[in-house]
Amino acid sequence: MLRLVNGSQTVGNGWPFWLCFVIVLASALVYPVFADPYDVGNFAYFLIWVFMALGLCLMWGYCGMLSFGQTFFFGIAGYSYGVLAINFGGGSMTVVALVLAVLLAGVSAVVLGYFMIWGRVGGVFFGIVTLSATLVLAFFLGQTAGPEWRIGEARLNGFNGMKGMEPLNIPWFGGESLYFEGASLYYLAIGLIVIVYLALRMLLNSRFGNVIVAIREDPQRAELLGYDVRKYQLITFVIGSSLAGLSGVLYTSWGQFITPSSIGLPAAAMPIVWVAFSGRGDITATLLGSFLILVAFQTITVHSQQAALILMGGMLLATVMIAPQGFVIGIARLIGRPFRGRRATSTKT
Amino acid sequence: MAEILQTSVLSKTFGGLAAVSDVDICVNDGEIHCLIGPNGAGKSTLFKLIIGMYQPTSGSIAFRGENVTARQPYERVKRGMSIKMQTPSVFKELPVRQNIHIALQHHVARTELAREEDRLLALLELSNDAAKAAGALSHGQQQWLEIGMALALKPTLMLMDEPTAGMSPEETFRTGELIQRLNTSGMTVLVVEHDMTFVRQIAQRVTVMHFGAVFARGSIGEILSDPRVAEIYLGKTHAK
Repeated sequence: MLRLVNGSQTVGNGWPFWLCFVIVLASALVYPVFADPYDVGNFAYFLIWVFMALGLCLMWGYCGMLSFGQTFFFGIAGYSYGVLAINFGGGSMTVVALVLAVLLAGVSAVVLGYFMIWGRVGGVFFGIVTLSATLVLAFFLGQTAGPEWRIGEARLNGFNGMKGMEPLNIPWFGGESLYFEGASLYYLAIGLIVIVYLALRMLLNSRFGNVIVAIREDPQRAELLGYDVRKYQLITFVIGSSLAGLSGVLYTSWGQFITPSSIGLPAAAMPIVWVAFSGRGDITATLLGSFLILVAFQTITVHSQQAALILMGGMLLATVMIAPQGFVIGIARLIGRPFRGRRATSTKT
Repeated sequence: MAEILQTSVLSKTFGGLAAVSDVDICVNDGEIHCLIGPNGAGKSTLFKLIIGMYQPTSGSIAFRGENVTARQPYERVKRGMSIKMQTPSVFKELPVRQNIHIALQHHVARTELAREEDRLLALLELSNDAAKAAGALSHGQQQWLEIGMALALKPTLMLMDEPTAGMSPEETFRTGELIQRLNTSGMTVLVVEHDMTFVRQIAQRVTVMHFGAVFARGSIGEILSDPRVAEIYLGKTHAK
């Protein structure tokens, strides 16, 4: 099973890669010891979004399904977490709220995905339908300002968004509760990213991964090899969308609020930019690139949100024009070229 | 000889055009059956109906005694059909070995995978190109790779739509030899082909299609001596 973390579907398979992985992970783990707590909190915020990017990379980069629906599932799970956490009364029930909210995002993905995939919606229309669902949800939530829009104790609050839910917390030693905020949220995000990243690597290098790559290349040929393409597409869509849901829950827990603006058009376009810029063909590139873009975006947003959005648009254009396979993958290949050349020469001699 | 495939009054219309019209074809277990006819005769449409890429307007398809008309293509493949398309249909961005691997992975035990990949690559004479992207192969090699992927499924009925299109005479002859070897090992093969030299090399029985319907059927000798067939398709010189 563990041997699947290495394979042809994922970049980086030798010991130098895993040595770098360990060094980066160790650095990330000791970072809060030396860093300002404010920066640690910011980093936790950046890491929260990575799940959504990884989910899109799985769907788009590996299975060929360009989904604009990541923030749809982000919103479903984020709002569900808020409603459940408020109605459950917080405490350790927030963990139950997390699990149920992610499951709800997954069930929504099953329903939406079933109608799209069994209805043979493909190519650009897949993006259009998922974008439509996202916009419908954002507009719907935007008109829920009235007091009648409540679920139990939880008010949806229209454009102002839902607030008042407890952050994730678990019982801790000495009868205290451990709230996942600041450094603890940072460590939770790191732990989850490691689990999700390794699990995705194993999935992608398994038989399942081979099939979804085949579907990306030629769905008809994949079906003519005996694979039920629709089933594989639906499973991939559900996994990718549930990861967006995980981002939604962690985001809501982090800020203790969620608004329709985190679902709407500008937000829905962001994961596409992150993944396209990073390199949709590989989850390591997506992980690394998305994190770096989020840091850059936040840094620029502090000075001007408009400038940050323009930069995102510029990055997408540059990616399409200069490095369609993604900048992180492009740079990695550029760095690796001399080594490959040397290896080829030594093989010949 | 038992029937492996039987179509009954099978029809497919596109708007007002009848691409396949009331076709009854019977393929016997263990034979090489060739389907010939002029361009637009409905041969490729018939293949797509048999594998399930098109749903028929009317009629039915029985495979190994089971009515598979409503079955999806992947279900027909799981029952023992396999197809090589008219134009090479391989995963062009993926390495040659991975193409074979994807075709094999659900049909061979994990421990046997690498050995079986090597065997097929050697059979297809692609061992030296195993690491190349499939799209970088020549047209003929891509045709062979696709045949290899179809063979990896260990089918009982192999459908081949113009398997030698774009191949040199030597490659065409070798493809014919490969098909005969497969047939000797028990595989039933249904081939759509234009190249009459190739048809002569491999065919045991021939069905001629014209304007979407079956026009004639029989042994290769009978078909070549049928003046009506010569008239519509073969040219008088072939009939002599």
